[in-house]
Amino acid sequence: MSNARIVHYINQFYAGIGGEDKADHPPEKRDGFVGPGMAINAGLGDAGHIVGTVFCGDGYFNEHDDAPAQVLEMIKSYAPDIVVVGPGFNAGRYGMACGAVAKLVDEKLGIPVVGGLYEENPGLEIYKRHAYFVSVGDSAATMRKAVPDIVAILKKIIAGEEVTEGFFPKGLRKNYFSDTRGSRRAVDMLLKKIANEEFVTEYPMPVFDRVAPPPAVKDMRTARIALVSSGGPVPKGNPDRIESSSASKYGAYSLANITDFTPDNGETAHGGYDPVYANLDLDRVLPVDVIKELVAEGEIGSLHEYWYSTVGNGTSVANSVAFAKDFALRLNEDNVSCVILTST
Amino acid sequence: MVKEIERTGITVAHMCTVVPISVTVGANRIIPTVAIPYPLGDPTLPPEDEKELRRKLVKQALVALCTEVDEQTVF
Repeated sequence: MSNARIVHYINQFYAGIGGEDKADHPPEKRDGFVGPGMAINAGLGDAGHIVGTVFCGDGYFNEHDDAPAQVLEMIKSYAPDIVVVGPGFNAGRYGMACGAVAKLVDEKLGIPVVGGLYEENPGLEIYKRHAYFVSVGDSAATMRKAVPDIVAILKKIIAGEEVTEGFFPKGLRKNYFSDTRGSRRAVDMLLKKIANEEFVTEYPMPVFDRVAPPPAVKDMRTARIALVSSGGPVPKGNPDRIESSSASKYGAYSLANITDFTPDNGETAHGGYDPVYANLDLDRVLPVDVIKELVAEGEIGSLHEYWYSTVGNGTSVANSVAFAKDFALRLNEDNVSCVILTST
Repeated sequence: MVKEIERTGITVAHMCTVVPISVTVGANRIIPTVAIPYPLGDPTLPPEDEKELRRKLVKQALVALCTEVDEQTVF
């Protein structure tokens, strides 16, 4: 392959359409490169060029069942040899969209896909087998480092070379011939293990961090419930200054004097979605009005006094774990038996 | 956060719009919601209807909390 035809998928932000207020932008295509495609195109030199860019709002892509098919049709219209998605860094919805596009292209068009995602992006875990996803930083600030890594993989594919490194393992098994048979290799490994020497397994076990479902609540009429959210619902003014992305803290706020959110007593601190609707009526993110009614009607036993909130926008798994461990102690001390956790 | 709360024995209903993310992070009781910027509302509806919609979704979460599950379940 030479002078490869490449189609680039990006979101509304990188296409220059706008931020969260434009996240509902429907799929659209433009000839040539747009935004970050410029650097990728330049990096490729004569090896290939971006013939078209397809973009879609992250909200639109994740909320409309027909969006992926529309995007695929637009990609197909350029008859590409290779598709590039993102890089999506640690943006949750963008990463999901990049992954979903990669899967469709891989399955329907059968051509290589190259992308870039941060290691904790949920889109990576779900879609990694469908693309060469290079490891990129958690924000667009690392774009300059991400582009050469993506270009390097593209050049290898175009040159017809085997791509063996520089991307997250796809989790696909590949056959090869070994000089020693399996039993010999297994015993060698075992001997090394017994001798406390280092050895490399041929079949790494997947790590599943799963928590077994706790039992069902026996009787909601006597249960104590609590509200938690990663959608950033905070009292008006965001008193703890929870960051709009990559949150370093969570807040605990009393529900004692709130029966209904209004534009005057609540807002969202989240910078990863259009805040207009939440700021007008925060019940849309944290359903306090309905919960208070259900408690008053006796359908729910009682409500824990505080709600716990953070911003789940690019926030590291380590931070989220630490926040939840911390407030889970308070929930247990107050005999809370169940939680409604809302995410945006 | 869902997992860390459940690790302490408290049952969690996760209400969210992008269900595949919830499945990936390991939530056990998942309730799909309306849209990313307004999971529990719909600004295109009149206020009474919007609240009724929210009430329905929350009641669905209560049903999920009161239902025994032995694997990840979308309600």
